[in-house]
Amino acid sequence: MKVTKSGMVMFLYILFLMLPIYWLLNMSLKTNNEILNSFSLWPQNLTFENYMTIFTDKSWYSGYINSITYVLMNTVISICVALPAAYAFSRYRFMGDKHLFFWLLTNRMAPPAVFALPFFQLYSSVGLFDTHIAVALAHCLFNVPLAVWILEGFMSGVPKEIDETAYLDGYSFTRFFTRIFMPLIASGIGVVAFFCFMFSWVELLLARTLTSVVAKPIAATMTRTVSAAGMDWGVLAAAGILTIVPGALVIYFVRNYIAKGFALGRV
Amino acid sequence: MTKTWNNKAWFMVLPVVILVAFSALLPLMTVVNYSIQDTFGNNQFFFAGFEWFEEIMTSSRFHDALGRQFLFSTIILAIEVPLGIFIAMNLPSKGWKSSLCLVLISLPLLIPLNVVGTIWQIFGRADIGLLGASIAALGLDYNYTQNAVDAWITIIVMDVWHWTSLVALLCFAGLQSIPEAYYQAARIDGASKWATFRYIQLPKMHGVLLIAVLLRFMDSFMIYTEPFVLTGGGPGNSTTFLSIDLVKMAIGQFDLGPAAAFSLIYFLIILLMSFIFYTVMNSLDKKEG
Repeated sequence: MKVTKSGMVMFLYILFLMLPIYWLLNMSLKTNNEILNSFSLWPQNLTFENYMTIFTDKSWYSGYINSITYVLMNTVISICVALPAAYAFSRYRFMGDKHLFFWLLTNRMAPPAVFALPFFQLYSSVGLFDTHIAVALAHCLFNVPLAVWILEGFMSGVPKEIDETAYLDGYSFTRFFTRIFMPLIASGIGVVAFFCFMFSWVELLLARTLTSVVAKPIAATMTRTVSAAGMDWGVLAAAGILTIVPGALVIYFVRNYIAKGFALGRV
Repeated sequence: MTKTWNNKAWFMVLPVVILVAFSALLPLMTVVNYSIQDTFGNNQFFFAGFEWFEEIMTSSRFHDALGRQFLFSTIILAIEVPLGIFIAMNLPSKGWKSSLCLVLISLPLLIPLNVVGTIWQIFGRADIGLLGASIAALGLDYNYTQNAVDAWITIIVMDVWHWTSLVALLCFAGLQSIPEAYYQAARIDGASKWATFRYIQLPKMHGVLLIAVLLRFMDSFMIYTEPFVLTGGGPGNSTTFLSIDLVKMAIGQFDLGPAAAFSLIYFLIILLMSFIFYTVMNSLDKKEG
């Protein structure tokens, strides 16, 4: 097989990306004793004990359920409110539309650290503290503007004549939107779902601030492994590997849209 | 596309406005409220005017964090953007190899931020990490928890590891949109590789590159979790970026007034950047379309 220069570049880059992940995987399959006392590139005594700890301890696996719950809630909310708004931005001009669009975008650029404390107070005062919906709503802060922005790009790519023809054929707005328009921008909706999932899944600061016990995300649970007996490296590594799995699945399903999606539908 | 003027479109935007107002405007007002008041406890507040703003603007703590933040964002952009373009140009453009590469390089993007921190925390340790152990085996003194330079290098390598793929994917999307005919024309004219890049690929990537640069600028400017997990802002204050400093102030020390003023100044800086971003992007759209 001929080795090309670009093949070499990609190989090195992917090697660079995969090494730290491999190391985490390697550690997750060792016992703590082996991690600390011997240095090896692969596990000498393969053990799945670290994973068993996570799957059998409720405080561990409920973290995953909590994270996935609020991520899915956030994705659904973001898409539902962003669809009509993006349609309005792509089809109509109205009072203050440009200002509104800009204001929405600025929220994507607001540092979560600025909002952590006020969020805590706001959600505590309305009794939403430590619920999944609180985190889902908080993550709307950066996901909704992004969803509107991406969907607007995809919708502007659909010719306006399609709308007009549908109305002439006697379609009502809701019927046109769900039967004709949404299938046309299906890839856009997929991309938005991917982005909402991604940004909500990786975020920790707000999720940790807004939860304590009931809705505690896995990312926050992981900080627990620092105990009196020292770091429980094996379990920490196993938990880390398990957080990568949902992301990897999502990437696999949207692999054909990734490139277009990252260009926010504007290519 | 010509758009019709219709104020009823507001009804379609309304859910978004209400939602974002609840999750952004209300908290922001709380911040504004704190930034102009002082308290001696017991929930009694009194008006403090612009005192906190003056205090923050003149404090060396803020200036240092801001300086570190700009330095960090600049280094990140200087490494990730050229590297991202380079990777994008070497990505296979079709077939199963392309899909495989895309899936593999997107993987770091979907790892929770604190796990990214944890991965590098482990990877860089001299006793149990591959990177740390390899460097130690070379006889170099490397310890990211004690040495400020090592801490910086580790954080930068970590960020490059984490986010270069985003730039690469965006540029790849831009490159995919160039018709094959352009390259054929370049070949007929006998254009060099550099000329093809400079006059065909780069102009076509302009739009996505702008998105990439600004997304990376914004996100690196807000970076919190990764350095927090990796170094906790240390050693000393050497990796205390703006967000870390802010959280320390607001939640660690509960200095609500100064923290709120800090937040607003921080937010205004980013707002200014996004305004420039939005204007530049709009004017580019007009020029092309």
